[in-house]
Amino acid sequence: MSLSPDQIERLARLARIALGPGEEVAVVGRLNRVLGLIDQMRAVDTTGIEPMSHPVDVVQRQRPDCVTETDQHELFQAAAPAVEAGLYLVPRVLE
Amino acid sequence: MLNATLSELSAALAEKRISSVELARLFLGRIERLNAELNAFITVDASLALAQAHRADRDRAAGKAGPLTGIPLAHKDIFCTKGLRTTCGSRMLENFVSPYDAHVIERFEAAGSVLLGKTNMDEFAMGSSNETSYFGPVRNPWDRTLVPGGSSGGTAVAVAARMAPAGTGTDTGGSIRQPAALTGICGLKPTYGVVSRYGMIAFASSLDQGGPMAKCAQDLALLMNAMAGFDARDSTSLERPQEDYGRELGRSLAGLRIGLPNEYAGEGIEPGVRRAVDEAVRWFEAQGAKTVPVELPNTALAVPVYYVLAPAEASSNLSRFDGVRYGHRAKDYADLAEMYSRTRAEGFGAEVKRRILVGTYVLSHGYYDAYYLQAQKLRRLIAQDFAAAFRSCDVILGPTTPTTAFPIGAKIDDPVQMYLNDIFTIPAPLAGLPGLSIPCGFDDKGLPVGLQLTGGYFSEAQLLGIAHRYQQATDWHLRVPTEAPL
Amino acid sequence: MSWEIVVGIETHAQLRTQSKIFSGAATAFGAAPNSQACAVDIALPGVLPVLNRAAVEHAVRFGLTIGATLSRRSVFARKNYFYPDLPKGYQISQYELPIVQGGSLTIHANGASKTIRVTRAHLEEDAGKSLHEDFHGMSGIDLNRAGTALLEIVTEPDLRGAKEAVAYARALHALVTWIEICDGNMQEGSFRCDANVSVRRAADQPLGTRCEIKNLNSFRFMERAIEYEAQRQIGLLEGGGTVIQETRLYDPERDETRPMRTKEDAQDYRYFPDPDLLPLVLSESEIESIRATLPELPEARRARFIAAYRLSEYDAAALTASKATADYFERTVAGIGGKQGAAQEHAKLATNWVTVDLAAKLNSDDLAIELSPVAPERLAKLLSRILDQTLSNKMAKEVFDAMWAGEGEPDAIIDRKGLRQISDAAAIEKLVDEVLAANARQVEDYRAGKQKAFNSLVGQVMKATGGRANPAQVNELLRRKLG
Repeated sequence: MSLSPDQIERLARLARIALGPGEEVAVVGRLNRVLGLIDQMRAVDTTGIEPMSHPVDVVQRQRPDCVTETDQHELFQAAAPAVEAGLYLVPRVLE
Repeated sequence: MLNATLSELSAALAEKRISSVELARLFLGRIERLNAELNAFITVDASLALAQAHRADRDRAAGKAGPLTGIPLAHKDIFCTKGLRTTCGSRMLENFVSPYDAHVIERFEAAGSVLLGKTNMDEFAMGSSNETSYFGPVRNPWDRTLVPGGSSGGTAVAVAARMAPAGTGTDTGGSIRQPAALTGICGLKPTYGVVSRYGMIAFASSLDQGGPMAKCAQDLALLMNAMAGFDARDSTSLERPQEDYGRELGRSLAGLRIGLPNEYAGEGIEPGVRRAVDEAVRWFEAQGAKTVPVELPNTALAVPVYYVLAPAEASSNLSRFDGVRYGHRAKDYADLAEMYSRTRAEGFGAEVKRRILVGTYVLSHGYYDAYYLQAQKLRRLIAQDFAAAFRSCDVILGPTTPTTAFPIGAKIDDPVQMYLNDIFTIPAPLAGLPGLSIPCGFDDKGLPVGLQLTGGYFSEAQLLGIAHRYQQATDWHLRVPTEAPL
Repeated sequence: MSWEIVVGIETHAQLRTQSKIFSGAATAFGAAPNSQACAVDIALPGVLPVLNRAAVEHAVRFGLTIGATLSRRSVFARKNYFYPDLPKGYQISQYELPIVQGGSLTIHANGASKTIRVTRAHLEEDAGKSLHEDFHGMSGIDLNRAGTALLEIVTEPDLRGAKEAVAYARALHALVTWIEICDGNMQEGSFRCDANVSVRRAADQPLGTRCEIKNLNSFRFMERAIEYEAQRQIGLLEGGGTVIQETRLYDPERDETRPMRTKEDAQDYRYFPDPDLLPLVLSESEIESIRATLPELPEARRARFIAAYRLSEYDAAALTASKATADYFERTVAGIGGKQGAAQEHAKLATNWVTVDLAAKLNSDDLAIELSPVAPERLAKLLSRILDQTLSNKMAKEVFDAMWAGEGEPDAIIDRKGLRQISDAAAIEKLVDEVLAANARQVEDYRAGKQKAFNSLVGQVMKATGGRANPAQVNELLRRKLG
């Protein structure tokens, strides 16, 4: 399986990564080598094998329903690029 | 003192032969001398380190000292540290100061250790050579034209070049063990779930595990005693009684069954690596250990499986870096979509972007089953291989890497060649197993070779015990790098 | 030609928890921006989710209530997309293995009962809010709501038309508030519905292409939006056009639906199991202990009201519209107490007062029954005064008004206002005799067959007592005296 520059562009759009002019062509070669590597595993017959999501077989712990966090928005927002009136600012969001 | 183990330093501090402040100054001085060339640290805050050292001295004077009180450490810049910037080797977080401490950092602070600085790393831990760091490559102190391995190359070099007596790393596909091997130090990747991931910036959540890096197995045990343990803030942290990781340091090797996988002896292994590993195996046999052949038939699939699963998880984990709440934000954009895509294009380096794209692809509609699900199934087969092997042996031995350190720039343009350097370190994290790399000799070029010990779940103490016996009889781990003499 | 309107509903019910589903931040509504968004909620690097037990218990309560299959093992997945109100760049939800599968709800619409199948209900986290007022051409992001626990409840396309859809939404709303897993506050967004609408010529034809209508934050809007959308689709099809599958927004101002701004890409959410969370496992004992805490459910209570109190279907439905109403009613009946075997008589009186007089007051003051200024125990005391003939119904209403205004216990109000009804037969007879003597003309008229004259005489007696005479006794005495 190898990807075309168009497909790379679509993936880049999904991943919100801008590719510079002609960059998808440069990316395509290296990416296709990686895909060539991972394609090696596609042919293996895995019928009846349970997929493994976690390396250890344990179940989800549940915490009691308690409020443990305090208001720290000023501390947190010290790291934010743009803030006003306690809100994070972003370019206009349209519905 | 620069070459002393943690136990020796601890004793020196206890016997008042040196103070924590003096010790911190000693290592800060060494960092100042060597870091410009080796680039092991991204951030060093001498005043913070000295303040912590003063506190340690006060605690000691008040009779409140543990084995790590006043011990200076180097932490990988993937662990969030409150008040000291945490970059993860990325432009995205170039100026990010975390408002909270990682669990591991809290643990070491509670143990009284001193934070010397934050070490360089491959960007977001994605790399095996430390060349993908936004802050420039780290250089190998055995030969400064070579890579130190990665992604925890900064800590590896800090320890190898005696800029810090020990430190921390994280391992997803070999990021502790591989740089440890390439720089001639020791590194342990614990069983998944033993060290809390809270505050450790995620690369691939089902594989990532923090662990210690030091000069000897005994030091690793001391660090594990501090950093391992249950943390309610990490759902994958395991609720187990606190362990003493040094409890098997005195164990005998007689009767130990050492598994030697055929798959770890194939082509691609450099002769110098093979020779050093074979010699180590013979030493173990001479101590009464038995070697048994074992099979890990799906080893060849581990690399492709890993390069599906890790990028898939990473593509999602790194979505939070969007320029909204912290981190880099592009200067010029017309709208929201452009703010996102430029911020991420500027903030991430080439390897990170490549892995995000691969991860996006293998999870996308129509490809999920063929790639992601298939990789998860093969992951189970790889884990089952280990389970079967551990029915006939106690520990699996082999080279940590097929080659010793390679030149900076040699593989950076060929991702697949780079990925294949991790062929022996990738299987253990896929299965969640612990793995240890210790120095076992040098190749013809005088470069260190790493011996990898992989054990069953929660066998860290056993692995450290085995390694300790080896290190009592050998001095590979005490050799000081030629290009960073004391 | 007639069309069948087919509707399926997806509801996001905010679960009543103190803290968020994956963090320890508070969930109170209306807090200052981002003051309830903790490190996990704003997705700082390195933070991790830990599941809130109460959210799981609420989902189980719901599943048990609708007779669903509870997954003994369910899985949290990541739904990946970029949006400024989604801090991680993915929403933690359940995809392939939801906690609740199947089950059904009975609705009562158009004079009939109907069973609506629930496809699934899954746990997920809410997103934050984008505030669109202008910050120099920017939008503001408030992440207080991010991470609030939601149960998304999805039906099969079993609903036919807007009225049924609304009946379902109301029944579901009553149910989730009844079992106390959701506060049901629609203004605050605690209960939000999306409707999937399609039309077809006949019931045996395959389903038509559907449109999803979002932003239905009241039952009234839901009805109008579905009606509008169905007519739009019918118009398209009858004009030879086709319906395009899309997401539309309902605009209550213009009473129409219109397409949401289409995204550049077809959405590809790249769902995969969240590696930060482990499989959620439910044990039999956990399920049974939650079952033991379930209240009597609306359908059962309604049936019991009909059987035990001889209520009509209509009254039973009205009194079980919410758990609070049913509780109010039963507390009123219990408060009346009194003689054995009179329960049905008491229930009838309580029904009238709760569904008519109290309901009217609550409605005009826009109050929920839980906030009624007249507690059921006090209403019971008032009704006791009707039953023991201290008060006429009319007088009782006056006392009730005073109680509503906060004037205290009914007996004190009765005394203060001198409203005690005169039921003393001798006293009433004396009054009647006086009235008859003073109104010979009306007596004559009555005897000549003029019924109106009788009413006038009753009025005279009542007037003489300030309305306090027992009207039944006055009537009876007058008739006897007038032969």
